[in-house]
Amino acid sequence: MKIAVCLKQVPDTEAEIKWDIPKGTLSRDGMDSITNPFDEFALEEALLTKENYDGEIVAISMGPEGAADVLRNALALTVDEVALCTDDAFAGSDTYSTAYVLAAAIKKAGDVDVVFTGKQSTDGNSGVVAAELAAVLGFAPLTYVSKVRSIDAAGKKIVVERAIEGGTEVIEAKLPAVVSVIKGINEPRLPNLMGIRKASKIEIPKWSAGDLGVDAGKVGAAGASTKVVEIAVPPPRGAGEILKGEIEEIANTITDKLIDLKVIK
Amino acid sequence: MANDVWVYIEHKDGDITPMSFELLGIGKQLADGFGSSVCAFVIGDKVDDLAKEAGAFGATKVYAVEGDVFKGFRGEAYAKAAAFLLEKYKPEIALFRATSMGTDVAAAAAAQLGFGLCTDTIGLAVDGGKVKMTRAAFGGNYSVSVVNEKAAPQIATVRPKAFAMGAKDASKSAEVVKESFALADADLATKVVEFIKSATAVNLVEADIIVSGGRGLGSDAGFAMLQELADLLGGAVGASRAAVDSEWIPYEHQVGQTGKTVKPKIYIACGISGAIQHLAGMRTSDCIVAINKDPDAPIFKAASFGIVGDYKEIVPKMIEKFKGKLNK
Repeated sequence: MKIAVCLKQVPDTEAEIKWDIPKGTLSRDGMDSITNPFDEFALEEALLTKENYDGEIVAISMGPEGAADVLRNALALTVDEVALCTDDAFAGSDTYSTAYVLAAAIKKAGDVDVVFTGKQSTDGNSGVVAAELAAVLGFAPLTYVSKVRSIDAAGKKIVVERAIEGGTEVIEAKLPAVVSVIKGINEPRLPNLMGIRKASKIEIPKWSAGDLGVDAGKVGAAGASTKVVEIAVPPPRGAGEILKGEIEEIANTITDKLIDLKVIK
Repeated sequence: MANDVWVYIEHKDGDITPMSFELLGIGKQLADGFGSSVCAFVIGDKVDDLAKEAGAFGATKVYAVEGDVFKGFRGEAYAKAAAFLLEKYKPEIALFRATSMGTDVAAAAAAQLGFGLCTDTIGLAVDGGKVKMTRAAFGGNYSVSVVNEKAAPQIATVRPKAFAMGAKDASKSAEVVKESFALADADLATKVVEFIKSATAVNLVEADIIVSGGRGLGSDAGFAMLQELADLLGGAVGASRAAVDSEWIPYEHQVGQTGKTVKPKIYIACGISGAIQHLAGMRTSDCIVAINKDPDAPIFKAASFGIVGDYKEIVPKMIEKFKGKLNK
């Protein structure tokens, strides 16, 4: 079975994000980067799938050259192959362009049965690339997956559980499929020192727009259909009121104030 | 009409709530800006009741695709039908709710049409003949407005409760346009085997009131107290990542950057310090009450009302007062 996993490099979730508003770009100076936390669950699920069903894993990332770090981390966790989709032409891609490039990379990797992704990234937060990727590839869309019940590579079948509003949906799908996973589906492992050392010596293959055969008009800022027209700092929430006094008095005041909102039935 | 505003009516096997129609309110405002109409579009195995209700909530026209293949909810099938309708009529914009169902349909339909979309939108305005869509970025510290110039139609998923509901008028009805769209089971790669209803039925996204707990609760026992308050108020229980990571409460309760984004009318944060990752998920709530022992906790900067103290003393007192005042 051929397993692909998509990994995104994002700013450290603990980092303070600063935006260069006039330029409309992120100030990346001095900002630490990490693997998107949701993608760590996707990578672990790929590793578990390989262990349970046999197969090989290709980890794919799209981003600037520095994004090679997330692939090196994946190599340290013993994925078989990696590829970094990187090209100046990709800068400024929107979700659709991203899905389009990743789809080209997955096709180039060859006969992939299942693609794992995280539910969303913690920087863009759109949570739609997996569904778009499935649509572009014509693969079965399996989003918000909380458990992979079984995979039958020979019979081209997968059964998963999806965590959606109000409960859990059990879906049976034909392979190939795109599976986006939620936090908690597994416990991501950490690489060991030997793995890290080995991975540090491996050259990361880079795939450009030309290598992928993508239409340059459909990627990057030129291809993105969504144009940013304004970036603003929203007005701060009005200064709140600190309720002071004895507990009895505070509880009396706050319950009055909340009842006055006429929300509580 | 080409510049009509379309609203997708979300349902699960015909099950609807008034929230299914919430976007008809903002849809009407946008349509007024264009001098066009707000229309609903529905997909399902039986759509007549949905169409009737959409008319009462203000849709002037309802476009529908009906068929046995749409029984239950199958995102893949719904997205294909949605893409078909949007391609055929090319309205100005199509609005979906930013729920798991709405997002799946919107994203896959947009990708089939070959363009991107704006997700979790919190602002919509007609600007220069297009709809400008605004979303929060980076924990709500920035807002980003986008226009999708190449898309016909523009597609946006909209954060639940970001806009006021339209009024319901049962005397109003919509013209229903049924389109035939042939789709066979064999054309689909997915099949729903079963749906297991959650015993706790947490629906944070739809809740008007959320009582949430963090690391400051100290243990899972604290959540029993918050549950009592939430039950009393008809609300849901939320949690910070710290509480979920401590395994005091399941992940489905988590609010924040790696959990759910919510916008309830009342958000009561107990023992939550207010890390930027948590604020990202709840800072647009209408009224925020913060209860924390630490007077310097950042949550107080986002709070409408702050109470410096121990939730273990304050929450039981609040329960007692609410019981008396609400006659419960």
